[in-house]
Amino acid sequence: MYDFAYQKPGSLADAVKVLSGDMEAKALAGGQTLIPVLKQRLNKPATVVDLSALGLTGITVSGGVITIGAMTRHADIASNADIKAKIPGLAHQASLIGDEAVRHRGTMGGSLANNDPAACYPSALLALGGTIKTDRRTIAADDFFQGMFTTALEQGEIITSIDLPIPEKSAYEKFRNPASRYAIVGVFVAKFANGVRLAITGASQDGVFRHTEMEKALSANFSPDAIAGIVTPADGLNGDIHASSEYRAHLIGVISKRAVAKAA
Amino acid sequence: MAQVTLTVNGKQHTVEVEGRTLLVELLREKLGLTGTHIGCDTSQCGACVVHIDGISVKSCTQLALQADGANILTIEGLADADGTLHPMQEMFREHHALQCGFCTPGMVMTAVDLVQSHPEGLSEKEIREGLEGNLCRCTGYHNIVKAIAAAHPLMHAQAAE
Ligand SMILES: Cc1cc2nc3c(=O)[nH]c(=O)nc-3n(C[C@H](O)[C@H](O)[C@H](O)COP(=O)(O)OP(=O)(O)OC[C@H]3O[C@@H](n4cnc5c(N)ncnc54)[C@H](O)[C@@H]3O)c2cc1C
Ligand code: FES
Ligand code: FES
Repeated sequence: MYDFAYQKPGSLADAVKVLSGDMEAKALAGGQTLIPVLKQRLNKPATVVDLSALGLTGITVSGGVITIGAMTRHADIASNADIKAKIPGLAHQASLIGDEAVRHRGTMGGSLANNDPAACYPSALLALGGTIKTDRRTIAADDFFQGMFTTALEQGEIITSIDLPIPEKSAYEKFRNPASRYAIVGVFVAKFANGVRLAITGASQDGVFRHTEMEKALSANFSPDAIAGIVTPADGLNGDIHASSEYRAHLIGVISKRAVAKAA
Repeated sequence: MAQVTLTVNGKQHTVEVEGRTLLVELLREKLGLTGTHIGCDTSQCGACVVHIDGISVKSCTQLALQADGANILTIEGLADADGTLHPMQEMFREHHALQCGFCTPGMVMTAVDLVQSHPEGLSEKEIREGLEGNLCRCTGYHNIVKAIAAAHPLMHAQAAE
């Protein structure tokens, strides 16, 4: 691991200042991605800016929306009574991330900012049609993800909270890599009064995406049968030692049906 | 270099560290507490698990400086001062829950948190899921699961005293 300076600012404004003024500064949330990356020397920040003193934690419900502070840990999302009752798919998803110790440290903001193509939360944000709030603006889920490990965030921009509309029904199903625990294919489905949104993580080379053909079929008939005949092409899907692109294409159908069965 | 002040097994320490110093390096190299192991460099094995403010965390995936002001419990702090083993350690011994012992400190620390956070009881499935972040190359987990199940009532009886 290369050495770096460590800073723990006490206000959002100070954190933004440090991160914006220094192209080689990097935010640190739960560290469950950043520290393994630093250990592998895949990244060489001059300064690491710890966000833990900015008060960005907490979960609140108001007017059909659940707001989650960016620094809220996976374990707190998995066990929160409001999330369990109103967006059970999200509570379940958080409970499947990594393992106990990872869930005790990792945060929702960190996972979304990182946009790993195999990460879980991007599928929830996209399927729920959520909104990212940062120190300077709000970004809709549909505009936020811009290909693997790439988001709409600018240098120094900090996610402060995430707004998630409460759906009528939701579920997450994950076919996971037994060693890394990340998704080989993960599907989040959300049914709203005005239609269904379904997002797939783990599968595409471009990261998380909405499966519009399935969304259309499910909006007309919210049952696994409605999507049983939909074939997803393998073009553009990841193929690696864990699963070929053809296998991932097949899994998308199977895991989506399971997610819908669970939500319905 | 920067300074970090933290409490480890009830004793306060102030230590000089670099930005990149990991908590596990502070424990092992600066404080000589080598019971906490390093089994991987990918944050996957759990040999390094300690408690930070009562919660199980991988000390290899945590900067020493992040732990400023924290209360750390390592495997060395689990037994009583007179050497009486913690019920979890005792049950690991009784149920042969270790062979080479390399994963054991992390297993025990994860298990103690798991039992403490589930006073209502733990099914075998919950115990196995709770150990997902701890890899053992020797035992096949079976006896580890048995030891944790056996320690549950002992720990909660002791806590109720
Ligand atoms: C063994 C293991 C298994 C895992 N399994 C899974 C899994 O199954 N599914 C899954 O989804 N993830 C998994 N993860 C990753 C885990 O969920 C991480 O916690 C998460 O990806 C990153 O969140 P973090 O809070 O740890 O962020 P960090 O590692 O601290 O930061 C990640 C990146 O985001 C940036 N960042 C952090 N917070 C903000 C913010 N508020 N605003 C702007 N930028 C920010 C950082 O600069 C950094 O680039 C696993 C990790 C490990 C070690
Ligand atoms: S040493 Fe393997 S997870 Fe920490
Ligand atoms: S006892 Fe040898 S690794 Fe677990």
